[in-house]
Amino acid sequence: MSVMDWGIAQARAALAKGKVSAEELTRAHLTAIETLNPRLNAFITVTGEQAIAAARASDTRRGRGEVGALEGIPLAVKDLFCTAGVRTTAGSRILADFIPPYESTVTAQLLRDGAVFLGKVNLDEFAMGSSNLTSAYGGVENPWKRAGSPDVKLVPGGSSGGSAAAVAARLVMGATGTDTGGSIRQPAAFCGITGIKPSYGRCSRFGVVAFASSLDQAGAFARSVEDCAILLGSMSGFDPRDSTSADVAVPDFAAAAERGVKGLRIGVPREYRLGGLSAEIAALWEQGLAWLRDAGAEIVEISLPHTKYALPTYYIVAPAEASSNLARYDGVRFGSREKGDDLRDLYERTRAAGFGDEVKRRIMIGTYVLSAGYYDAYYLRAQKIRALITRDFTDAFGRVDAIVTPTTPSAAFAEGENTDDPVTMYLNDVFTVTANLAGLPGMSVPAGLDKQGLPLGLQVIGRNFDEETVFAVGRAIERAAAFSAKPAVMA
Amino acid sequence: MSLDQATVRRVAALARLHVEEADVVRLQGELNGILGWIEQLQEVDVTGVEPIAGGGGALRWRSDAVTDGGMAEKILANAPDREGEYFGVPKVVE
Repeated sequence: MSVMDWGIAQARAALAKGKVSAEELTRAHLTAIETLNPRLNAFITVTGEQAIAAARASDTRRGRGEVGALEGIPLAVKDLFCTAGVRTTAGSRILADFIPPYESTVTAQLLRDGAVFLGKVNLDEFAMGSSNLTSAYGGVENPWKRAGSPDVKLVPGGSSGGSAAAVAARLVMGATGTDTGGSIRQPAAFCGITGIKPSYGRCSRFGVVAFASSLDQAGAFARSVEDCAILLGSMSGFDPRDSTSADVAVPDFAAAAERGVKGLRIGVPREYRLGGLSAEIAALWEQGLAWLRDAGAEIVEISLPHTKYALPTYYIVAPAEASSNLARYDGVRFGSREKGDDLRDLYERTRAAGFGDEVKRRIMIGTYVLSAGYYDAYYLRAQKIRALITRDFTDAFGRVDAIVTPTTPSAAFAEGENTDDPVTMYLNDVFTVTANLAGLPGMSVPAGLDKQGLPLGLQVIGRNFDEETVFAVGRAIERAAAFSAKPAVMA
Repeated sequence: MSLDQATVRRVAALARLHVEEADVVRLQGELNGILGWIEQLQEVDVTGVEPIAGGGGALRWRSDAVTDGGMAEKILANAPDREGEYFGVPKVVE
């Protein structure tokens, strides 16, 4: 097996035995990036020299017996996390030259544990999108191909499209992502890898460029459930600099993944079957439930009656928060600036030139639903429906320990498909967005291929702050699925 | 509720987004498409439901104390324009 196929757990073992150095591991991955990134466009910024220096420092620490949980492991960072001294664009023109003077808490914790960052990876602009096509730095090519169509470029999903493509193509062993409506789980499913969005408050949002603050949550991508557990363990924990960070202990996620599912009650929401679910996705879902039943879980039908309202609710709440959060990009303190006749004209021209179409649409929707006369009809009503959606889950979790659903309504689509109308694109997140509205942990695990040879994922949703059960169920699906297919484009 | 062109212009102004006149009709169509789809929320019975803002409930309080500061250079390092230790902007007072 090539070092490029190692997961984090295997690499840790090899590093511990001295079979490979962090520098060798880093150089091998940088070579892969050099070869494949011109095509995939997964990285916006590659920090090769810094990575080699960091890998050497890691080898030196190891020589002294100082070995962190991610000592010497090559990772990529979604370009939404501020990294001190390294350009952070959020996928937007407006931050094209922004160099943060500080480090996000999540990346600081990964560095504390010895991780080596190879660079900053592509995303939809300000994490708004499900295809990575709204990035000002170009789309990302999904390393998977439809059988018989090697020239059709598929999207990696979004918004964390660069993270998912980089991990799937073996350019890195893991990556950070953020998930506001499905931005970790959907690209993980599209790229045939594992991704976890933990409970709201589990990972600090300090230093993460804000999109919708009540929904944004950092999480991890890797090629196995265990590796995701290792990454999330490093990223999690209380941070006084984020007022919504939860002061709760971080359990051993990797140990929890091995608990098994015997005796667990797994909920299957009947509302997720509605609305023309494809036969292939329905069959995969049934297969997943059968695996869990075989592993000793009990399958229970549940109802989440307000499911169909989750996506339109999200498209009030998220743009409202975005319109507020993105007000800071005014061309004065940081970011790009356009000339204007006066200060107001400077603001308006700076924002018009700096933001892409999707970001502008969402800012305008958000501004409208918060404006005088419409606040009650839209925003307040959405907050009430959000309460109903949360209550649906609370009721369900009185009867079950976890919920299993498909991650996405389809496999990866091609560039140019689903782009004629914004709402069609929004429907990608129909199965994932509920967990964000309710603040619950959710994970996507690759479970099979469709008839075109593209990966499909199953989603596990857990109780608030019960990532342990999510990992256990995810691991049981992973073990039964024995997903071993590989993308067409990889190192 | 459907946005007319005057409302599109007003919302753009509130959002501090310069919109070219030629783009107003396109934006009107896109925004109305999204708002028309959101309209289905009006059918939900929300009588007696308390709204939630999300974010895991009550925010934590902290003491009202200065915990940081003295880093003007760091803060100004990304400024598009500066005058000494101040951000530079076009003249706002005659």
